[in-house]
Amino acid sequence: MDDVAIIGVGQSVFARKCGVNIRELCFDAFKEAMEDLDIENKDIDASITCSAPEYDKQRTPSGLISEYLELTPKPAFYVETVCSSSTTGLRVAWSLIKSGLHKVVAIIGFQKMSELTSREAAERMGRGADILWESPFGITMPGGYALFARAHMATYGTTEEQLARIRVKNASYGAKNPKATYRKELTLQDVMESAPITSPLKLYDACANADGSSCIILASADVAKSVCKTPIWVAGMGAATDTMTMSGRKSITGLACAQDAARQAYEMAGVTPRDIDVAEVHDCFTISELLAYEDLGFAEPGKGVRLIEEKQTYADGSIPVNVDGGLLSKGHPIGATGGSQVRTIVRQLRGESSEAQVKDAEIGLVHNIGGVGQYGNVIILRR
Amino acid sequence: MGFENFGTVSFTTEAKTEEFITYLEQGKVMTTRCKKCGTAYFPPKMDCPSCLNSDVEWFEIADTGKLVTYTIVHYGPSGFEDESPYTLAIADFDGLRVFGRISKDVDENDIIPGMAVKVVPVKSGGEKIAYEFQKI
Repeated sequence: MDDVAIIGVGQSVFARKCGVNIRELCFDAFKEAMEDLDIENKDIDASITCSAPEYDKQRTPSGLISEYLELTPKPAFYVETVCSSSTTGLRVAWSLIKSGLHKVVAIIGFQKMSELTSREAAERMGRGADILWESPFGITMPGGYALFARAHMATYGTTEEQLARIRVKNASYGAKNPKATYRKELTLQDVMESAPITSPLKLYDACANADGSSCIILASADVAKSVCKTPIWVAGMGAATDTMTMSGRKSITGLACAQDAARQAYEMAGVTPRDIDVAEVHDCFTISELLAYEDLGFAEPGKGVRLIEEKQTYADGSIPVNVDGGLLSKGHPIGATGGSQVRTIVRQLRGESSEAQVKDAEIGLVHNIGGVGQYGNVIILRR
Repeated sequence: MGFENFGTVSFTTEAKTEEFITYLEQGKVMTTRCKKCGTAYFPPKMDCPSCLNSDVEWFEIADTGKLVTYTIVHYGPSGFEDESPYTLAIADFDGLRVFGRISKDVDENDIIPGMAVKVVPVKSGGEKIAYEFQKI
């Protein structure tokens, strides 16, 4: 199946406020992705723009981005699955190349969240739930994950301190990431004493809203081999959904969409969880990373806490996770996040990580979730 | 009457399930079941996509349920900022799961997943109507 490859990756600096227009924000990621590649803009057969609507006023942003990056007159369109938009874009791009329709496709993710106040952003995210039945109660994205956290605690005895240890790990790597929003280390005490947001989650259990962009250039094997020094192959992909409503969830201690997507991706790649050398998981909250350990099969249900307690998810552990700082430290510019996760894994597999290189990493995994587990994408990449 | 007064902030008003609101006004929390295949839904649906059937019946949610999980929201979105802290919760009624808030009458320290609850209509601030979970 090794016939579609990632040839370029880039991201902007993620920041609370970028101070530029969305087109300029996207340029930063595009520039990094295209550098060192022996192709020009005109060689890109199509572009897919990925973001969550309603954070900025621009409608149909794909046209705007395509013009600014000088990708016209090639086809351009928009893909959205909220927080997992850019890995959904990757899935669509893969099929465009696999079908033979295109040879090179650019996936551009972005979000400029700073045009809204925090409460306004929370309201937009609250409308990412069922607006007829659940948003009128004041549901929030952290609130949805907090329901999972409380259920995980009630079922398995998971503690707030165990969750806090995940933030301590990710902050230790975020401090080294020049593109992260939050570049400070945090102690267990810092996290435990931070203000409550939505119990049992506290301020430092949560990622920050951010502005940012990401770009992935995907190509067919023949192009990849001729224009790129180290193509990174798309070995497996999985995608699944779960109900919009929280009341519709059968499981409240794990994300069924992530479990389904992981199963598909492992099967397509012909690998098992033990074969993964390095992973990027969707840690919008500390509980989200813990759920990912279990949903991806790195640990049995209820046993994920052991991985963090034994430091197995640090860079020198058995399964390094989010050793770029994760969403928790990088910040979470919704539409850009999946592309940023892919960038980290690609750099790990190329041996180019600037934060914490995992030795001899050959197989990497990306887990990118939309909403509170409404959409799940899992992608396995291979050197 | 549609959903214009449902919850704290109503984002949409028209739905074929508007009878849900009429029942709330009458003091009942009701939901639907497909008459053809018998599948019960919450939230209620007037259509059964598996049967391509729109012949459904309303029934009252069970008297006793069990709290599955909850959170206390300290930071509310725009439109909810004056209400925090408020709860969000899921309760299970004979396998049918309902999302909503726990009554403010229940002390925060008394909320435990697994506790027995009932779901009852509640009016607030004049015309606003919703339902909430009360401890049994």
